[in-house]
Amino acid sequence: MANVQLRDVHKSFGATHIIKGIDLEIAHGEFVVFVGPSGCGKSTLLRMIAGLEDITSGEISIKDRVVNDLPPKDRGIAMVFQSYALFPHMTVRQNVGFGLKINNTPPAELESRVNEAARILKMENLLDRKPSQLSGGQRQRVAIGRAIVRNPEVFLFDEPLSNLDAALRVNTRAEIAKLHNDLGATMIYVTHDQVEAMTLADKIVVLEAGKIRQVGSPLELYHKPNNLFVAGFIGSPKMNFMEVEAVSSSASGVIIKSADFTEQRIPVAKGNVKAGDKLTLGIRPENMRADTKGDLKISGKMELVEHLGHETFVEAKTKSGVSFTGLIDGETLVKLGQDMALSFKANDCHLFDAAGEAVHRLKVPEIVHA
Amino acid sequence: MSSVPENGTPIRNELFAGRVRSAWLFLTPMIVTLLIVAAWPLSRSIWFSFSDASLGHFRDAQFYGIKNYFKTITMDSGAIHHFGVLVDPAWWNAVYNTFRFGIVSVTLETVLGLAVALVLNANFKGRGFVRAAILIPWAIPTVVSAKIWGWMLNDQLGIFNDILLRLHIISEKIAWTADSNYSMFTIVMVDTWKTLPFMALLILAGLQQIPGDVYEAAEVDGVHPLSVFWNITLPLVRPALMVAVIFRMLDALRIFDLVYILTPNSSQTKTMAVISRENMFDFDKLGYGSAESTVLFLILLITVIAYIKIGRVNLEGNN
Repeated sequence: MANVQLRDVHKSFGATHIIKGIDLEIAHGEFVVFVGPSGCGKSTLLRMIAGLEDITSGEISIKDRVVNDLPPKDRGIAMVFQSYALFPHMTVRQNVGFGLKINNTPPAELESRVNEAARILKMENLLDRKPSQLSGGQRQRVAIGRAIVRNPEVFLFDEPLSNLDAALRVNTRAEIAKLHNDLGATMIYVTHDQVEAMTLADKIVVLEAGKIRQVGSPLELYHKPNNLFVAGFIGSPKMNFMEVEAVSSSASGVIIKSADFTEQRIPVAKGNVKAGDKLTLGIRPENMRADTKGDLKISGKMELVEHLGHETFVEAKTKSGVSFTGLIDGETLVKLGQDMALSFKANDCHLFDAAGEAVHRLKVPEIVHA
Repeated sequence: MSSVPENGTPIRNELFAGRVRSAWLFLTPMIVTLLIVAAWPLSRSIWFSFSDASLGHFRDAQFYGIKNYFKTITMDSGAIHHFGVLVDPAWWNAVYNTFRFGIVSVTLETVLGLAVALVLNANFKGRGFVRAAILIPWAIPTVVSAKIWGWMLNDQLGIFNDILLRLHIISEKIAWTADSNYSMFTIVMVDTWKTLPFMALLILAGLQQIPGDVYEAAEVDGVHPLSVFWNITLPLVRPALMVAVIFRMLDALRIFDLVYILTPNSSQTKTMAVISRENMFDFDKLGYGSAESTVLFLILLITVIAYIKIGRVNLEGNN
């Protein structure tokens, strides 16, 4: 079973502490995505698993074997690089077969493994071309082919789609998902794009400044973010945050108020929220509606209106100067500069305490646990 | 939108004409300079090679045909003698010397330069300082460094002999520059010392064009470092290497200063450039020397063209 375990893994470059204690369990066959803003250490972490960076302290094991001191080739991994890292002077066939040839694989076996990889990736017709004669998407496929022929236990992807254009990115994303399905191998994938993370992952690891902020399935992160950082990072457009004050708290929820809201009960676990606490209310733009039928209402002047067709993205500012966004029905009549009220359900709200930690929601859609 | 080209030729509009004008504007100073410093002396030299010019009279030199290159004289005795550059053994000895020097020194410089470049490409403390320091031999004017080496290699007083004697590597002092067994070796050694940095830095520039992730991909594949060098580094640095070699080869084949200062008058080291200067100025045979210069020019031209064709060197900068 090609599971991967990280135990209290640290990494420093000189005096700079990059990875600050990572503990993580990755099960066999899981598709895990490391996501986070640039500089959060996600690529470094992947390179440490690959063996391209050494580990300052802690322990990494692959297939229940500690690999801290093993070179990359002995770890049972294959890596796909952001800039493809193809050998420009070799044909696709030579590129894909290079690792096998160097390790003295018999020619017949080499041939059949290269052809098999080409078949899986539907690039049989490209085998005799040089990388310079390929498009970005084709190059990426060759890079993946080079990983496949190694028959690795664990695939490592370092932002493999970031050099592709938007349409190709969606296609290749689907191909990688299918590849994971077909091969059933463990895959670890690094990206800064939360849409890639949401669509590909069995499990997302959100990193910030060298620390894990939350680990969970895409829907868990979306519906039950543990903190402000994850709430703001997962979901597009970004979640609205508004400052509110706790009026009282009980087992059925916390009652909040603010300059823009009348008092309202939000169904969250009481936790240690006390009356008078400063809290942050989070509401996703897609939970906003363009009428006043929701439990909480907020009105403001429209400062940005983007008609996307089936929905309309609006940004508005309340009289007290709070900005908020909404993704509302595309047929709503709305104009720039217009005063308009939006509303949302108390059940859709998130609450965060002064330290930015989430107060647990009592009502979470069933799909999260399905 | 009215002027659609009917036969596919570009539209000759005002914008296009403006670009052509500014292109000429930028090129003109360069073309004029080249005409003055390259085309004019070269054509004069070619003219002299077909004339009886000497230092005393070159303004009124007379056309002399190809006699500087080849002429036949029949003696009163009936014996036939051939003269001219093309049948001059001293000249062909110089050609042989030049190519021997060029091939040996450029090969040595390329191999050592590649090694130095690989070291400089690695990450170590003080790399920037070493990269700058290594240029010093290249920066010193050849006349100066040749003189320094001349003193160090002096057979009686030189430090070179002194050290080798003390280390018991040699048993008696060697006349490095004068002894015909050693003079070519000496020239190659000093030239390598001088131009190795240039070679190393040109190759280093090529090495730095190779993206690092290619090496990481090889590392993940478990490729042995030697195999990485043969299968990845060398093919990828080849374009830079080919250009560096041709630069050095051209330099080596017209070498003059080092030989002239270090080993004057040694038939073992006399090169094409040295012998043609000797004829022009020491022997006052300006026409004959010019003929040698012209042949030198043709030999270089053929060498470069052959090199570019055979080595498939890409000088246009596109892929």
